[in-house]
Amino acid sequence: MNSSQWIVYHAGKISLRVDRRIPRTAAGLILAALIILVLHVGIGEYTIAPMDVLRTIIGQQLGDQNFHFVVMELRMPRALVAWLVGAALGASGALIQGLTRNPLASPDLTGVTAGASAAAVTLIIFLPQTPDFWLPIAAFCGGLLIAAMLYLLAWRDASSAGGDSPIRLILVGIGLSAALGAFTSFALTFGELWYVQRAMMWLTGSVYATDWVDVNLILPWLIVCLLLAVYGARDLNALNLGEDIAQGLGLRLTFKRGFLLVLSVALAAITVTVAGIIGFVGLIAPHIARRLVGTMHEGLVPTAAFVGGFIVILADFIGRTILQPTEIPCGIITSIVGVPFFVYLLWKREKIS
Amino acid sequence: MTVLQAEKLSLSYDRDLIIDRLDLETPTGQITALIGPNGCGKSTLLRGLARLLRPQHGSVLLDGRAIHTMPTKQLARELGILPQAPTAPEGITVRELVAQGRYPHQDWFQQWSHADEQALQRALKRTGLIPLIDRAMDTLSGGQRQRAWIAMALAQETDILLLDEPTTYLDLAHQLEVLELLEKLNQEGKTIIMVLHDLNHAAYYASHLVALSEGKIFAQGTAQEVITESIVRHVFGVESQIIHHPATGAPLCLPIRRYQP
Repeated sequence: MNSSQWIVYHAGKISLRVDRRIPRTAAGLILAALIILVLHVGIGEYTIAPMDVLRTIIGQQLGDQNFHFVVMELRMPRALVAWLVGAALGASGALIQGLTRNPLASPDLTGVTAGASAAAVTLIIFLPQTPDFWLPIAAFCGGLLIAAMLYLLAWRDASSAGGDSPIRLILVGIGLSAALGAFTSFALTFGELWYVQRAMMWLTGSVYATDWVDVNLILPWLIVCLLLAVYGARDLNALNLGEDIAQGLGLRLTFKRGFLLVLSVALAAITVTVAGIIGFVGLIAPHIARRLVGTMHEGLVPTAAFVGGFIVILADFIGRTILQPTEIPCGIITSIVGVPFFVYLLWKREKIS
Repeated sequence: MTVLQAEKLSLSYDRDLIIDRLDLETPTGQITALIGPNGCGKSTLLRGLARLLRPQHGSVLLDGRAIHTMPTKQLARELGILPQAPTAPEGITVRELVAQGRYPHQDWFQQWSHADEQALQRALKRTGLIPLIDRAMDTLSGGQRQRAWIAMALAQETDILLLDEPTTYLDLAHQLEVLELLEKLNQEGKTIIMVLHDLNHAAYYASHLVALSEGKIFAQGTAQEVITESIVRHVFGVESQIIHHPATGAPLCLPIRRYQP
């Protein structure tokens, strides 16, 4: 039997299937991220050689007592947050592109991250007594509200009669983002200075000064959401063939689509609570992942997460080192790369149609 | 054998009633063609039969059970649907697309059983796609692409297959290729119900024709019974002359132009 594209594992009634490209792609992306992580953690005002970084990470006592503090307390959490945020954005983008069958969709271009950020800023400035625990929840609700508005204003299934242009979703998203941006600026103008300073980080898209508290805040949510995303990926394959075919294949359309949309919003909202809006990662990562492992979502979603993680940790590394000692927020680096990529995608669509 | 029928079925789009209390029993093991002018409700009826539209009144019955109360995945193992001109995701290969037909037979711990692989191979062989198995859908011709979609519906291994204008956008040779494939599948036991635009194709390939007009069945029966000058006049508003195919004897509808230049 010819099954060269897949690795299939059988055990009694259980059978698992994975595309042949996925294990080595995932291993390669994780290794690449680890290399950047070691460099990222080692380089800075106080430089530590890569081998010493590795030894410190695995817990060896070294001559210099500062190594442990610099590596594990100062720089490691930031690098980890960068990777985690990127992974969440990549997975979120893969979900929303599959759901809308729209290669231009992403959590930032649709306004979902702007909604999450506006909700977080509102909470900080107007309800400053609220415990931090509520911030991710507020961000999630803000993102969800925007997703609901998008659904009402711009959702068109590409397979349905008179299938609308994917540009519509993006235009509505940009409109919503602009309105939310105006609202956020308003809140910042009238808020008290101290709270405004705290809220500013929600706008920049940076992992600057993140610590283990941030890692612990997002990690449990991320693990749950990423596992659910991989679980839902098989349904996404059916959805990606269009509403009619998905239903014909026995997919519970409304329920599964709602579930995956909420998941995509949750993943994006989590990133906003620690890093603000980091643009274009959710757009680019799924495209790169598709080149690497094809269009089937059980492979695409985790691969997009690995690609996203690699992009953000690399962007933060570049942002930290390129103009030392000045730091460039990683969101600016991703946008510098992202804008031309977005234009390229638009240009490619024009050429097809 | 499974029987699909509609009972006092009413279907509507955005509150416009398209199908009005329609009764239909599709003959098991045969090819049924739904014909009629644009807007007569033939595609709507097909969508209703495939549970893509929820009935306003009445019901669609599969072996006497209302399909809207059945678990959708279970129904998908008995009833396949291929919509009009479906679009494949960019970059998807023939193997990946056809394998999607196994979705209703799978769950998370049974992602690719031996039965899945066998069904995939059968469907590919049946449609002559084995040589193209690893090709991306975007690189295929229109006819090959349509065969791949049919292969996906075949991999679903249902007794009944519903198709909405399976020959749209195909040239004559590929239209015949698709219709002959469906005919062969029917001879192997599959019940086929499809919407067809071309009356002559319907007369040639279908054993049961259902002519719809304004959401109601105007006439049904064999090609000889349905393709008549009077029915074509009533249903399509077109004057025609019906002759018989010199080679096969099937009725052929020749429209008569309305205005002489």
